[in-house]
Formats: sequence, structure tokens, C-alpha cells
Amino acid sequence: MCNLEKYDEIFVDVFSIEEKNLNENIVRGAVKDWDSLGHVKLITTIEDVFNIMFDTEDILEFDSYDKGKEILKKYNITV
Amino acid sequence: MDLTNGLLEQKVCLVTGTNRGIGQKIAERFAEEGSIVYANARQKDCLEEWAFGFNEKVSGNIIPIYFDITNSEEIKQAMMRLKKEQGRMDVLVNNAGIISNSPLGMIAKDSVRNMFEVNVFGLLDLTQYVVTKFMIKQKSGSVINIASITGVEGSKGQIAYSASKGAVISLTKSMAQELAIHNIRINAVAPGMVDTGRIKVTLKKEYCDNVPPIGMGRLGRSEEIADACLYFAQDTSGYTTGQVLVVSGGYDTQSRTLYNINFD
Repeated sequence: MCNLEKYDEIFVDVFSIEEKNLNENIVRGAVKDWDSLGHVKLITTIEDVFNIMFDTEDILEFDSYDKGKEILKKYNITV
Repeated sequence: MDLTNGLLEQKVCLVTGTNRGIGQKIAERFAEEGSIVYANARQKDCLEEWAFGFNEKVSGNIIPIYFDITNSEEIKQAMMRLKKEQGRMDVLVNNAGIISNSPLGMIAKDSVRNMFEVNVFGLLDLTQYVVTKFMIKQKSGSVINIASITGVEGSKGQIAYSASKGAVISLTKSMAQELAIHNIRINAVAPGMVDTGRIKVTLKKEYCDNVPPIGMGRLGRSEEIADACLYFAQDTSGYTTGQVLVVSGGYDTQSRTLYNINFD
């Protein structure tokens, strides 16, 4: 499974979004389950899957599907 | 006679500031009760001799882990290690702290800043990591913040220190409310005057001819603070959160009674 597939699968599992709907419109606040608990779940799942640990600043800035990809580059993960 | 009961059997704990005094006793008490204790200090290699010596006597295990709680990068590295080695964290004791006493008019801003950096900001940063990386996912955990009676009652000559401990108490209560839904408990232990090297210096300086109003007529022992922490760490306190347990031997700031206290 490539990184993009792994990344997408996380969003599908955590927020119950259909894969075909994953796009730039997936932002915090617009997704029903992306509340504070959903955010923690998203972050910890990404950390587990990619074996990284986010800086607090990155956790705060991670506010969309696209932004997440950008942040992951800092950890040498290209999605 | 073995007085331990395995109250923390298999629990993974992290205790900060274990290079001496109360922190060291908390780590020892938890290890006596069967837990795996990650004992933190800033200075590398300073815990090895104590930890390995103590491990021979108990069922638990003390493992040194070195990081500075004011350094987020070091905290992060420590979290990665804990994740790899244990994959969980059941109890966090935020004990690391510094103290600097000055009367009003002689309080240096830098010294206040340093105190808040360790006593409040470092504590908050570490707790954030432990709670979000481990406890929320586990849906369980106990965080014990070491406050001080000065944070509850105030204390002459300790304006900045008591303010930092007051902040610890406030954040304890707010965190408890926010995290109760995740079954994570946040409590504080507020020691009175405890018989450590640090307090002896303070007492000599502050109480030269007088004695502090401690009802029991003696200073507290580090072991007694560790026992209070043990209560919050174990599952029997599972319905207790947002509380501040003052452990002071009946210290009474309003009292005019002078007690005979043996400082030796």
C-alpha cells in the first residue's frame, strides 16, 4: 500500500468519509466528526501508521486533508 | 515483612524530577507496588546507580529516562521511546519543579519566568504529550500534579512560587473537567513542609527564631507525599478527579500557636 492509500484510509476510517470524496474540501469544521476528539484520533492514527510523532505546532496547524499532506513532508513522508 | 500489595502491578508510570527528594520516593513507592517506572531527570546518567540498586529490592522496575521538561524536542524523543518500549502510559506524576523565594520589591522577573517555565509551561507541555499520545487512545490514565500548600493558602515571601503552584492547581481542575469524558483523571497533591534538603534551607532562612504552625509538630516525610500519590495512581481512586489533596500534617496559616518542631 502506498503512502497516499494509507493516508486516505485513515481519513476514511476516522471520519467515515467515502474515499471518492477526499479532496481539498475536507477541512476541520466542515467534517462532522472532526472535533477535538476526532482530531486526536486522526493525529494518533497517522503517527502510528507512519511511525512519527508530530510537533504540537503541526498538530494545531493540521486543519485539512491537503494541509496534512504538506505537514507530512516535514517528516520525510511524501503522500 | 513485605508491606507492598502490588497495587500498581504492570502499570507504566512516568515520574519527573526524580534525582532527589519527593520525586525519588514516588518512583520508589510505585516500583515497590510492582509498576514499571520511568524516572526522569535532566542530567544524563545521574539516576543509574540509584535505580539499578533499588531494582534489586523490588518487584517493579525503575528505568531512567533523561529529558528536560522545558524542551519540547526532548519531550518528543522521550515519548517516542516510551511508545516503542511500552506502547502505553498509565500514570504521569508531574513532580519536577523549581523554587525561588523573594519578598515583594525584590522579585526578579527572570526568576519568575524560569519558575513558570518549569513549574507550569513544562508541566503543561509534557502532560499534553502524554495525554494525547497515550491516555486518550487508551481511554484511561491518571495524572498527578505536585502542587504546594502555598498554591492553596498563599505564603509570605513566596509570591511567585505560590503563583506558579496556584496555576498548577487551576490547570489540574480544568484538565480534569476536560478529560473526564476520556476516563482520564487529573489530581494534585499539595505538600506542606516536607523534610528535604531544600526545605531545611528555607526554614533556617525564614523561621530563624520561630517555628511553622504544623499541628503534628513535625515536618512531613517524602514517603508520605509518595503515599498520597499512590492513592491517585491506583484504580481504587477511579472515581476521583479534579481534587487537590493537601498533605501538610495540619499546617495552619491562621494559627498563632507555636509548636515544638524538631528540625534535625
